[in-house]
Amino acid sequence: MRPSRRRSVIPGFGISAGITLTMLGLIVMLPLAALVLRAGAAGPDGVLRLALEPRIFAALKTSFGLSLAAAALNGIFGVIVAWVLVRYSFPGRRLLDAAVDLPFALPTAVAGIALAALHAPNGWIGSLFVPYGIKIAYTPLGIFIALVFVGLPFVVRTVQPVLAEAEQEIEEAAATLGAGRVRTIFTVLLPPLIPAILTGVAMSFARGVGEYGSVIFIAGNIPFVSEIAPLLIVVKLEEHDDAGATAIALTMLAVSFLILLALNALGSWTRRRYGHVR
Amino acid sequence: MSAERPQASAAVRSRPATEDPPALKGLLIALAVFFLASFLVLPLVVVFVEAFRKGAEGYLAALREEDALAAIRLTLTVAAIAVPVNVVFGIAAAWCIAKYEFKGKSFLVSLIDLPFSVSPVVAGLVYVLLFGAHGLLGPTVRSWGWEIVFAVPGIVLATVFVTLPFVARELIPLMEEQGTTDEEAALSLGAGGLKTFLRVTLPNIKWGLLYGVLLCNARAMGEFGAVSVISGHIRGLTNTMPLQVEVLYNEYDAVGAFTIASLLALLALVTLALKALLEWRYADEIAGTHRR
Repeated sequence: MRPSRRRSVIPGFGISAGITLTMLGLIVMLPLAALVLRAGAAGPDGVLRLALEPRIFAALKTSFGLSLAAAALNGIFGVIVAWVLVRYSFPGRRLLDAAVDLPFALPTAVAGIALAALHAPNGWIGSLFVPYGIKIAYTPLGIFIALVFVGLPFVVRTVQPVLAEAEQEIEEAAATLGAGRVRTIFTVLLPPLIPAILTGVAMSFARGVGEYGSVIFIAGNIPFVSEIAPLLIVVKLEEHDDAGATAIALTMLAVSFLILLALNALGSWTRRRYGHVR
Repeated sequence: MSAERPQASAAVRSRPATEDPPALKGLLIALAVFFLASFLVLPLVVVFVEAFRKGAEGYLAALREEDALAAIRLTLTVAAIAVPVNVVFGIAAAWCIAKYEFKGKSFLVSLIDLPFSVSPVVAGLVYVLLFGAHGLLGPTVRSWGWEIVFAVPGIVLATVFVTLPFVARELIPLMEEQGTTDEEAALSLGAGGLKTFLRVTLPNIKWGLLYGVLLCNARAMGEFGAVSVISGHIRGLTNTMPLQVEVLYNEYDAVGAFTIASLLALLALVTLALKALLEWRYADEIAGTHRR
């Protein structure tokens, strides 16, 4: 690796590239290579057989399914929150804007025990649902709540800048041409936002699949019912079943990668379809 | 308001065409506030209410526990190692990516972002697979007399892994935007490489660097999944604050768990406040802000 095109007069390429590559190699690539090597010992069909083992398959289904559901809800509410923050001015708007980043800043274990306490049958929110026979904490619904929490900022933060840059002239034009407000929103305003929304949903989904700390306290962790894939990795490690843990980790990485790839393709399709800069 | 403007349906419009009806506006604001309050504000409030369930004495007693103090010390130690490592890596990576052109640059950038798309549990797992008793390098490392898994070095390594992109991600776009003209001027005037960096580059990037350090520190102190896998949960020895929260919570010591959790929640609040302050005061000097 060397600087190409023209020789730069700025010194320090060797040392900065050296530090970067050495650290990336030792801290990121070497350990990830260990994971792939370990899985390679079992072979691809070995990994697949392990991943299709009923308990692991159930955990993967729980993780991917609920992450997708949570990401979808975040897609809807994220757009509403971004819309409100960009378009309206009302007292407390700045505070609300800053609060959106809380899931990024709050340690996951803290979020986990707080959400569990809140949604337990005797908690502030949980107790409201007890009369209707709905249990939130210690069920898949609890996992869903935790995943909505961790994924919440992504859609808001990807949609906000696009919305802020959208030109109001287009809306005015739509209105002058006789479109009602609702029609303007759905045919003029929303379509250019779709790539940003999809990016946010994808990030929220990817985060949800790997999330551990904020989920395990509220999940109940019952095998086949409310056990998430990352927790099962921990369980397998505690049972000294390294092969099982490796198989789950690799499957998670592979499936997330494929889904993100699909979402990216969808994003670039909508970009072409609506010809928007983002 | 819109009386002066020609309108398609000039009849009884009293608001601009790009403004939503008040009913819709009210409904959407109410929805957003309700959603954010129930998902963000309530969890935060419940942490402090639970921590003070047995009053201030209960809170202080939980803080004075030997294991709690050990956890606080360990968390501070880990952050004191992980954050400077991150600063060195971040500056080096941003320097070589922003100041030079070379093949494979965008690949390098994606590699730097990789830790953000790996589950924290997997980040812990890869180190166990590498350095554990049956790991690839485990027996070798053990023969040297090093303990990595279930010990502090493993916790530090896992923390460095999950926080690695923070400073680099802030500095790369910032330094790319600033270009190399300032440095070239300093060099042509006879300054050495180090002097140029310290007197020209560093002042240019200081707020972006601080922003990255802030986010990196919050994550380093709060990391749970990766550290949980590799620490072995040895009380007083390898329990960081988030792990101590888990241990106490599972022992039904709610006040103890929420007391330590309240310290971490305070850290999060201070981080958010400083972050908002930096974004508001130095928006132009933190290129990365609008990306998040």
